[in-house]
Amino acid sequence: MPNPTPEEVKGLVGATGAGSGGAPSTFARLMDSDIFASFRTQKVVMVAAFIVLLMFIGATFAPWLAPTNPFDPATVFLADASIPPRWQAGGDPRFIFGTDDQGRDLYSAILYGLRVSLIVGGLGVLLAAAIGITLGLLAGYVGGRVDAIIMRVADVQLTFPAILIALLIDGVVHALIKGVSREDSAIPVLVISIGLSFWVQYARTIRGSTLVEKNKDYVHAARLVGLPAPVIMLRHVLPNVIGPVLVILTINLGLAIITEATLSFLGVGLPATQPSLGTLISIGNKYLFSGDWWIVAFPGATLAIIVLAVNLLGDWLRDALNPKLR
Amino acid sequence: MLAFVIRRILQSVAVMVAVAFIAFLMFRFVGDPVNQMVGIDTPAEEVARLRQSLGLNDPTPVQFANFIWKAMHFDFGMSYQFRLPVTQLLAERAPATLELAFTAAGFALLVGVIMGVYCALRRDSILAKTFQAVSLVGVSLPTFLIGILLIYLFAVILGWLPSNGRGDVVKFGNWWTTGFLTKSGLRALVLPAITLGLFQMTLIMRLVRAEMMEVMRTDYIKFARARGLRTRSIHFGHALKNTLIPVITIAGLQLGSIIAFAIITETVFNWPGMGLLFLKAVQNVDIPIMAAYLMLIGLLFVTINLIVDLTYGFVDPRLRVAMRA
Repeated sequence: MPNPTPEEVKGLVGATGAGSGGAPSTFARLMDSDIFASFRTQKVVMVAAFIVLLMFIGATFAPWLAPTNPFDPATVFLADASIPPRWQAGGDPRFIFGTDDQGRDLYSAILYGLRVSLIVGGLGVLLAAAIGITLGLLAGYVGGRVDAIIMRVADVQLTFPAILIALLIDGVVHALIKGVSREDSAIPVLVISIGLSFWVQYARTIRGSTLVEKNKDYVHAARLVGLPAPVIMLRHVLPNVIGPVLVILTINLGLAIITEATLSFLGVGLPATQPSLGTLISIGNKYLFSGDWWIVAFPGATLAIIVLAVNLLGDWLRDALNPKLR
Repeated sequence: MLAFVIRRILQSVAVMVAVAFIAFLMFRFVGDPVNQMVGIDTPAEEVARLRQSLGLNDPTPVQFANFIWKAMHFDFGMSYQFRLPVTQLLAERAPATLELAFTAAGFALLVGVIMGVYCALRRDSILAKTFQAVSLVGVSLPTFLIGILLIYLFAVILGWLPSNGRGDVVKFGNWWTTGFLTKSGLRALVLPAITLGLFQMTLIMRLVRAEMMEVMRTDYIKFARARGLRTRSIHFGHALKNTLIPVITIAGLQLGSIIAFAIITETVFNWPGMGLLFLKAVQNVDIPIMAAYLMLIGLLFVTINLIVDLTYGFVDPRLRVAMRA
């Protein structure tokens, strides 16, 4: 890590001093940390973080930020269909990025679509992490046959690409719950598919660190005191092995967003009435040949930018938290 | 050595049995196979007789054994959508997918190695930095978006290449069709192959670059320089040769991924291959096709992994010693 410039040192001292004599506040400690210093020295990472933040805000406040609700039939008129972006000939000042084939404002549709994509991707990686952490802890702490079974399943799953597994699970779950309409079931099914496709990496990491931790004195002590195994696993081992999960979560978020978009693009994800970015792209793809490039271009660019920004953040986090690189 | 080979083969068989079991569960319990075969007005006795004749009343282990027996004879039943044997449907579409996958792999290997070598040797040149940046973007862009981009550029705006289908194909023997022999077939292959191979290309490029930079620092390269060998023969005769072993391994392992990822590329380009068939099956809950495709891809991955592991055992003497211990 490069030495901090005088300005940075001053800034750090000032920040710590803000705690007014007592113990530095959490905020000051955060400003003082190596991670924050490495964050401030890398412009690309700062831009990526800013973009991710902007997109999260846009997605969260979509109902307030979007000029129209693209899914309210009362505000959508077919007469507005396929209007090019505002700066192009024939553009309409009401629609910055133009409209799609049904007259929906693309800017609003992207905000709502981003929301769906981030919800599905975020919940998907959280579910994957929950499954992976649980199974990894069990495999590492209990060992024996439990360990063997869990890790063999992980090995088999690792031989297949995640997207293929997600496709299969999606198909099977939809077949099992035939009575439910796709509109109601799409989001939960996608979250389950992503969760079950991405758990292996967490399980392997957690198992590895658990194997190390379980032979340490504090775990032996906890066992001697007579604490039950679940309490030891959750209260004592888990906090000590959870560190790397944050990095995997960030890196997998990009993958999960891509997986959701791919499934939606392939027509087995979110339906056109409730579009994610992938669905919007698949709708726009149909109009590419008639020259309506904007219907696919803007959702596509949004998807590419958010994934790239999340990946950059993930790479940086991995390097910043890796003690070997300090 | 023999013990290792046998153990490794047994492991592969175990994985295949596990995959077959999942396929069997799907086949048997997701959607009732009998319901798909009879009409609404079929009498109940008829349904019961069909159920008996299909062996659906046998104990589950017997049914599983039957399933495996049939699978080993490439019998996966009838597709619900097409009312045709699944094996026939897959076999008809296999040539399209295989030709696409191998072309994509060849493209990825060739261009990836060239770009990787260039990036390693001219590390600070602008072109090398551009390659690096493009590879980062290439990894972040989803396959289908790259496909759409290429279609828009080369098919819609420039109109150079077709964006749809396989072009004219020539029939070879009983069931193999090839697009390699016609002009329109070759033209149709370009965009899908680039789309499918791009991710693997960036992967190979990064790998070759890293390996090559490592090899260039080794003593035998310094010694080769000291002997006064020509730069060209040092770079390609000595350095590149030694980076190629891991590259070929990765390329082999990636071949399975390429065939699996063909699902997406085939959808974007409406390529009449197995992936498109599988996707239609997922959309229409055509379980026999899904099960058969799962088994096929499983077999492919297991075989590739097995071959790679065994070759490593034969090639690398250190592993052979470790195995004996």
